[in-house]
This record gives sequence, structure tokens and C-alpha cells, in this order.
Amino acid sequence: MSANVSAIGFFTRTRRAGRIDITDILSWLWLIGGTLAVLVPVLWAGMSSLKPEAEITRFPPTLLPRTAVQVEVSGFDKPLSLWTVTVDGETREVAMVRRIGLKAQMVDPANPGKPVSVDTRSISPVQRLTVATENYTDPLTRFSFLTFLKNSVFVTFVATLLTLIVNALAAFALSKYRFRGDKAIFVLIISTLMIPLTVVMVPAYLVIVGVGLVDNLWGVIIPTVASPTGVFLLRQYMLTIPDELIEAARVDAASEFRIFWRIVLPLTAPALAVLAIFSVLWRWNDFLWPLIVLSSRENFTLQIGLNAFQGEFSVQWHYILAMTFLSLIPVTLVFLFLQRYITTGIAGTGMK
Amino acid sequence: MARATGLPDRALDLVMALFEAPINAVERLIGKRRMPYLFLAPNLVLFGIFTFLPIAIAIGYAFTGGADLLISDRPFVGLDNFRKLLTCDSYLVPGSCEESLFWTAIWNTLWFVGFNVAATLLVALVTALILNRAIAARGFFRAMFFYPVLLSPVVIGLIWKWFLDRNGLLNAFLQMLGVPPEIFLLDVGWSRFFVVVVSVWFHMGFYTLILLAGLQAIPKDLYEAAAIDAATPSRTLFRITLPLLGPNLLVVLILLMIRSVQIFDEAWVLTNGGGPGTANTFIVQYIYQMAFAGDLRLYGLASAASVLMGLVLLVLTLVQLRLGKKVES
Repeated sequence: MSANVSAIGFFTRTRRAGRIDITDILSWLWLIGGTLAVLVPVLWAGMSSLKPEAEITRFPPTLLPRTAVQVEVSGFDKPLSLWTVTVDGETREVAMVRRIGLKAQMVDPANPGKPVSVDTRSISPVQRLTVATENYTDPLTRFSFLTFLKNSVFVTFVATLLTLIVNALAAFALSKYRFRGDKAIFVLIISTLMIPLTVVMVPAYLVIVGVGLVDNLWGVIIPTVASPTGVFLLRQYMLTIPDELIEAARVDAASEFRIFWRIVLPLTAPALAVLAIFSVLWRWNDFLWPLIVLSSRENFTLQIGLNAFQGEFSVQWHYILAMTFLSLIPVTLVFLFLQRYITTGIAGTGMK
Repeated sequence: MARATGLPDRALDLVMALFEAPINAVERLIGKRRMPYLFLAPNLVLFGIFTFLPIAIAIGYAFTGGADLLISDRPFVGLDNFRKLLTCDSYLVPGSCEESLFWTAIWNTLWFVGFNVAATLLVALVTALILNRAIAARGFFRAMFFYPVLLSPVVIGLIWKWFLDRNGLLNAFLQMLGVPPEIFLLDVGWSRFFVVVVSVWFHMGFYTLILLAGLQAIPKDLYEAAAIDAATPSRTLFRITLPLLGPNLLVVLILLMIRSVQIFDEAWVLTNGGGPGTANTFIVQYIYQMAFAGDLRLYGLASAASVLMGLVLLVLTLVQLRLGKKVES
């Protein structure tokens, strides 16, 4: 049988390798087109974030970040812009004094005494490649970007740590004990999957008001700690840990907490890693709930800060794009290094 | 157990030292058999306070009026909130409704769900079918399509806003083709179109992954048998692949509907809060605005709308669970 199957496999393989089907070409077009569709808007925002303020809204846009070169010319108060002029077949770099209709008055920076008048159609601006690092450094110093960043890191870290511990404890109880109501409690926890935040956001906010956590980072963290996805993921994994290990530890008079902390938890590490990655992504990208809970600027997370910033400075795209790109970096790193864990996690639970 | 070696081990030891004594004291007090209740307690308390209590509150608030926060200060208004939301001369014309914004939001959401579900499902299915073929650099392409799923909705909203800007790349490209520039996000039709485009761009990688897992579970010998019978590719697709993927497709369909009904984050950032006008105001944004934006603070009306949306989502989820059971068996 197996020889038969491999023979068929071999047969079909040689047949396929012999020619390139039209569907192969269409597949490649689809995949390359899709990759471009994913990358182009992201890379375009990245390239734009390196452009100086004056250049960013130039239309049609240039691909690379460039600025017009300016020179100091003696006898003029302000620096003048540098242009290339072709006069009598000779190309020279001259500074523009003023522009009147189709004529422009130019001076040679080395010899500013004699202005000449040239046709504006024969000149083009001198541009140099410049990277506007101030787009990145200004928000770090002048705006509250660092505060937003600090808040986001705090929320992500603390919420993830609590998520792991609280849900691992619950998963341990639901996978390694038989007790009255264990099935009912499991169903109850899983049933909360059916209640999305959007349905309970108004009353959940009222609860937050009641416990005094409005405009407080803990008000963002605590309501999201208990996670049905987390309990489900960890419980399924813990079920595969042999009960004999736990029985042996009980014989050695280990306490129940020690069994959890020193035996079950270390063995659950792969599932904990998957949950940790999910949790970091949830918190880092979370928007609606922090938007409701946080109201003062010093408590904003990165996402809320970005949103507020684009509302206030809607024309300052050079800053907005730079900050957008900064907040993209951690997620991109997670993606590059941990992509495999995430895809397995999604395939395993069907959740995200 | 092995001796503590690395940093994680030492961190575990430290917590153990801090918590072991009090927890063991509890264990002696209540006995080993009751310990699982202690382990479940933090989780259940949090679910109780932040999930089950809010459901009770939502239902309670839906029957009260006024702008006060405390339920004891709020006048009981019976079914007034629901009556207000559901009073319409014609449900097809939002302007004829007492709460016209609610119905505008409902119709916007329905149109969005229709187009978004169809487009996402189609794109994800085609991509999954292609990625399931023996094609070079499969892992790279799968990762590429998945990348946007990880990004924040705010970042995606901003990136696309810039891409579609009057001075953005799309207009530059159109100009090369001789098409006059367009301010896409200020046009009713274009802005709705691009809300769907951005949503598909954002989420299709997730559904592709689920469909791909379904495709890879189809037994290989079925395809080998089809090859022996010299079945055409389209026949293989419609007679083997799609019927066997059917249950997965249904689950994805319902999941996609549940998520699409709740559209808010990326659309809110992209369209500057539902614009132009109310062209992209969806149902979650309606609830958000009634309860939190400005000075309205109509918690009763917002709760009533939440309860109605919750019922729709509950029906969809129950359908999904039934289908999910069928897929497993």
C-alpha cells in the first residue's frame, strides 16, 4: 500500500515538475500582489516619517526623503535656496533672490554682486538626501510620547503577568482536580467568550467608577486579567501532564500550591509562552477599553495618545507617522521572532 | 526537583518563598480537597465583577433614564428606552425613526457586515487554497499575509489615512494614470469602500490561517484518488476540497459576522469618528457616543442598545457553537 502511494506521489510529481501550469502563474501573481498590498502602505508610512515637515505634503511625492538646499549669501539676511541653472550649455548652481512670473533673479553665491535674470523653466531646485530625525526626537522630548510609552509598557507587562498567574491557577484547578461543580464552572468560564467587551462596555465602565479606578491604569489592567481563552488554552495543555507526577509529589508531602508552582507550571511553559504572546499583543494594541477608562493625558497609553495626537495636530503628519512607526516596532519584532508560536496558537484554539 | 539554575527559576523560588506559607496555612485550614476552589477564586471573582455583574447592570440600566450614574438616583422608565430605539415610521428610512442615528448606525453596520464578510471570506479562501498548494516560499507568504493581524487598529487607521490622503501615494499613482486626485475619506461612497478594504487588509490573514488548517486536515489520499481518475482541477475543487472544507467555512463565516458587527477601532480612527457626516457611524460607535462622548451620558439608552446588540451576537454565537460541534464530530 505504502509503496503504491509513494509511486503515485512520484508519478504526479514528475508530471507537475515538467510544465508550469497557468494556475501556478495566477497563484504567484496573487501572492506577490497580496504581499505588495500588505507592505506598500506600511513602508510608505515609514518612508514618509523620515521626511521633513516641508517635504511631507509635496505632491506628487518623492520616494526618498529630500530637502531643498539653502545657502548663506553675503549681503542677504535670509539664507537663499540653491538652484541648478543651465546657461549657454553650462550648468551652474546659483541662489534665487526672488521670483517674478516666469523670470527669476539669481546670484552666484561666490560672486553676489551681479544678479542675473533667468527663465524659471530652465531651473530646478538642488536637493540633498536628508533624514528628518527630528520627527523622531521631537515627540520624545516635546510631547508626552515617553509617558505614553511608559504607560503602555506598564499595562502590557503587569496585565500579562497577572493573566498568566490567574488563568494558570484556574486551569490547574479545572484540569487536575475533581470537585463539586467543576464542569459547571468550566462551562461558566467558557461562556464568557460569548460576551464581548462591546456589549458590556457601558456597565463595565460603571463598575470601574464604583471601585474608583476611572482614569487609572489599574482600571485598564484588572478587568481584562481573567480570560476564557487563557483558561481554555492552559487547561487543554495541563490535561496532557500525567497525574502520576502529581501523585508522586503528594506522597512526598508537597503542598498543593508547591505542586502547582514547582511541577505543573514549569511543565506548562509552552502553553504559557503562547498565552503570553497573545496577552502582550492584546494589551499593546488595545484601544476601545482604555479610550473609555482613561481621560487625562498623563495616563494615556500609546494607542490612546496616538489617537489624541492625530485629532489635535491633524496636519502634522511628520510627527504622527514617526510615532506610528515607533509603536509598530515592538509588534514587528514579536512577529519576526515568534510568528510560529502565534500561528500554532491560533490553529490550536481558533481564537485570537 | 533540579536545583535552581537560571533567572526564571530564581524568580519562581522567590514567589514560592513569599506565598507558600500563607497558602499552606489556608490549605491546613480548609483541607486539600477544597484547594481547587481557592485556585479558582481570583478568576471567578474577576469574571463576576467585570463580566457577570455588568450584564446584570446593563439589563437594569436599560430600564432607567436620566444622566445619573448611581442606579438608585435613576428614574425607572420601563420600556421607554427600547420604545425610543425601536419607534420608526419605516425601518428602511433612518430619518423617519425617533432615534434616527441608531437606525443610521444599524443600516451602516448591516451594509458593512455584508460587504466585509463576503470580501474577507473570498480573499481568505483564495489565499488559503493557494497557500495549500506545493508552492515555493509558502512560509514567507503565509507570514506576510498574517502580519497586519498583529498590528494595532490605531496604527492601521493612521497608515491607511496617510496612504489615502489628498497628497498620498494612491493619488500620486492615479495622477500618473491621468486620473484627477480625490479626497477619498471625505467622499461617502469611497470612504465606505475603503473601510471595507482596510478591514479585509487587517483581518484576512487570521481567517486564512483557520481555513488553511482546515485544508491541511483533508486526507491526501482523496486527492491521489482524484489524480488517478484524472479529475480536472476545478472538479477536484468543487467535489472534494470545498465540500470537505464546508463546516470550517461555516464556522469562519459566523466568526466573521460576530466580529464584523462589532466594527469600531480602525474605522473610528480612519474616518475621524464615523465621517463624513454619519456615513461610517456603526453600532458600537453609537453606543460609545451615547454613553461617553460629550455630555450626553445617556447610559440607559446606550445600555438598551447594548442589550439589543448582545442578543444578536448571542444568537450568532449559539449558531457557531452548534456548527463547531458538528465540525468536531
